[in-house]
Amino acid sequence: MERLGSGIEAGRLSAKEYASNFSDLHPRLDRHEALVASDRCYFCYDAPCMTACPTAIDIPMFIRQISTGNPLGSAKTIFDQNILGGMCARVCPTETLCEEACVRNTAEDRPVEIGRLQRYATDIAMETGRQFFERKAPSGKKIAVVGAGPAGLAAAHRLAVNGHDVTILEAREKSGGLNEYGIATYKAVDDFASREVDYVTAIGGITIEHGKALGRDFSLSDLTAQYDAVFLGMGLSGVNGLGSDGENLAGVEDAIDFIAKLRQAKDKATIPVGRRIVVIGGGMTAIDVAIQAKLLGAEEVTICYRRGKQNMNASEYEQDLAASKGVIIRHWLAPKSIIGKEGKVAGIEVEYTAMKDGKLTGTGETGIIAADQIFKAIGQTFAASGLGALQFDKGKILVDADGHTSMENVWAGGDCIGRGEDLTVSAVAQGRDAAESINRMLAAGAQPASAVA
Amino acid sequence: MADIRNNFVGIKSPNPFWLASAPPTDKAYNVERAFKAGWGGVVWKTLGEQGPPVVNVNGPRYGAIWGADRRLLGLNNIELITDRDLYTNLVEMKQVKKNWPDRAIVASIMVPCEEEAWKAILPLVEETEVDGIELNFGCPHGMSERGMGSAVGQVPEYIEMVVRWCKQYTRMPVITKLTPNITDIRHPARAAKRGGTDAVSLINTISSIVSVDLDSFSPNPSINGKGSHGGYCGPAVKPIALNMVAEIARDPETYGLPISGIGGVTTWRDAAEFLALGAGNVQVCTAAMTYGFKIVEEMITGLSAWMDTKGHRTLDDITGRAVQNVTDWQYLNLNYIAKAHIDQDACIKCGRCHIACEDTSHQAITAMVDGVRHFEVKEEDCVGCNLCVNVCPVENCITMDALPAGTLDKRTGRPVDPNYANWTSHPNNPMARQAAE
Repeated sequence: MERLGSGIEAGRLSAKEYASNFSDLHPRLDRHEALVASDRCYFCYDAPCMTACPTAIDIPMFIRQISTGNPLGSAKTIFDQNILGGMCARVCPTETLCEEACVRNTAEDRPVEIGRLQRYATDIAMETGRQFFERKAPSGKKIAVVGAGPAGLAAAHRLAVNGHDVTILEAREKSGGLNEYGIATYKAVDDFASREVDYVTAIGGITIEHGKALGRDFSLSDLTAQYDAVFLGMGLSGVNGLGSDGENLAGVEDAIDFIAKLRQAKDKATIPVGRRIVVIGGGMTAIDVAIQAKLLGAEEVTICYRRGKQNMNASEYEQDLAASKGVIIRHWLAPKSIIGKEGKVAGIEVEYTAMKDGKLTGTGETGIIAADQIFKAIGQTFAASGLGALQFDKGKILVDADGHTSMENVWAGGDCIGRGEDLTVSAVAQGRDAAESINRMLAAGAQPASAVA
Repeated sequence: MADIRNNFVGIKSPNPFWLASAPPTDKAYNVERAFKAGWGGVVWKTLGEQGPPVVNVNGPRYGAIWGADRRLLGLNNIELITDRDLYTNLVEMKQVKKNWPDRAIVASIMVPCEEEAWKAILPLVEETEVDGIELNFGCPHGMSERGMGSAVGQVPEYIEMVVRWCKQYTRMPVITKLTPNITDIRHPARAAKRGGTDAVSLINTISSIVSVDLDSFSPNPSINGKGSHGGYCGPAVKPIALNMVAEIARDPETYGLPISGIGGVTTWRDAAEFLALGAGNVQVCTAAMTYGFKIVEEMITGLSAWMDTKGHRTLDDITGRAVQNVTDWQYLNLNYIAKAHIDQDACIKCGRCHIACEDTSHQAITAMVDGVRHFEVKEEDCVGCNLCVNVCPVENCITMDALPAGTLDKRTGRPVDPNYANWTSHPNNPMARQAAE
């Protein structure tokens, strides 16, 4: 094993280095740290942090509960709005959500550490196994949920609370969706995603069937025929291609596949990684794969993004994090062709870009970056079949504000719909709200007809 | 450069910061350290009568309350007077005074309320050549159960009697330390003055239970599952102390009686406030017990810098300056009208002013203007109560601005009357006096 051996190699680092590199980015606050951090909250009126949270968690209240030594009460406040509050505490881009809105930014450019406090409270509750919700009397209604990701789990939990029986159909072998397969390892270490699924489903009334894919094993019309309502939360399974020469060479990989593989690997030393790596893209996935490639021991990792810094979907914080790990981020560079040697990637030809008359165009100036591994992180697309007459908008499922689709008794949420940001926390909010909408529909149907015309 | 040398009833010290009679002044080791750190004087921890010394509990003696970030706001203690032999203390006092002739050392004394007891101890203290004595009529815990400390301080006749004995049996200046555990501080102060005291010092600690352990249901500090009330001190008690100092300073019967101010002095500012309300110097304990003796440096430099800025040359320029401005409510000018004003550039938009006003006061602060989060005072509803100022986390973001005479008060619809007028002549007052023709 050559630490700087060329090509794509596993085991570039010592066991100690792997352990350190893939440990918790932000370890859980201890009790003292949590008390100090919680003391900084001003308990704002109509708090801006709460407004900025897609799930509208009562943040001042949960922080006050921490500060008064009531972490379980705090966790209840969080779970009331967001049953995946534990994962959101780890993966939310808080710097663009609650913490960006914190009035402490105006006061002293340093927000209350809301994300870390949320993790403190939810970790304590989950470790003690404390369940805060009881199911209402059985409604006799059956609901199908497609996809055991954040949207599906949030929907299933809220439906189960309301007394309905839920069956989740999940294509992959594990539940959790992107929480299980798509999160950078250092953001949610160990098996947290699967423990969270266990915590959520412990309410009862939720059955998860794995290996059941929409379009392959069943269709939407099968579900509408068998269930009282359906929630679609299958996310995005398609990946954008570069559309350039050499895309099929060995060493060219989809970033999300690599992230999933790395996350599932118990021993990170088994994951081969290149010496020189180029990542194409400008979003969170590009950052996640670039950082983790670096943490696996890659010598040189360069992100090429075809637009400017201000256009990147990755947050400022994520960009800084990448830079701190030694990742080079280059802007205004578009891939032109991938250069191979003996069937393997040897480099990538890139072209400088510029905005001309409001359009991104190549300048004609090109260059070659040597690389033995190239990651594509240029976005995911909706790709599903078996949806019948369901209506779409810009390639995603069309829904109203409640998550109701164009079909009666079918709701959708998460990345597969065209509303909201593609974030775990948004998916949770959409799943939860769709569940409430389904519940209202079912309750209305159960009411006796009005006697008064 | 301001001159902060202190002369309190003839006792001279390089600055007005003394350590109060308390754990930090129990023995030579601590007092030497205090003097090295720069303290102007100490009141040595209270001496008891000759014989077997008192004993303390062997469990926790202190309890506390905290503010944000566990900043200590109030301390409570059940420690008694010195538990060391009388002669050990006297020998050390004499030696320390010899080592530090420019510093003040005052002996605190608490012996039974009998003439013979006081007559016996005073010559022993006098022999040490310390600068004066302080009569401990204040401690509310432990010793009071034995008829001493606050048990004496709560009976003005006893105070007068003991002070008289002391003035009779010693040439040393006598400072009478008062307990705040009474309804009207002026009565014990007047009694001390009648007895001939040279000065009073206040406040001693306030009877308190600082907290209850919710697992064991024992008060804290807990001694084997039981607790006893203690004496409360620290920043939390300062407002109570300031008021009591002012009450004595402005009482015609005790006017001019030197006062050593005690109670929550933590910074130079606190000290300056005590001086302004009539104290000739201050005594400190909790701040030193929280941060160590070094804090006196901040007190000395802070007080000097403020005096320089304001042009005060000596402590006499400050002492009592605020006394004339302490008055009874009935004499406050009802024609003075102030309105809150929020500095929009300083506002961080936490909204606490709004919710405090909306939920608990006068509904005079907006939360939303034209669909935007915006906090602004509605002058037509603002009574000028100052609550918003007090709950705002940003200093000087909200200010109380006085309306100039003649301007319209939007709340009442009337112009501001330029004339002083108080409750005594207000038409709503059934006891109103007619102004002299």
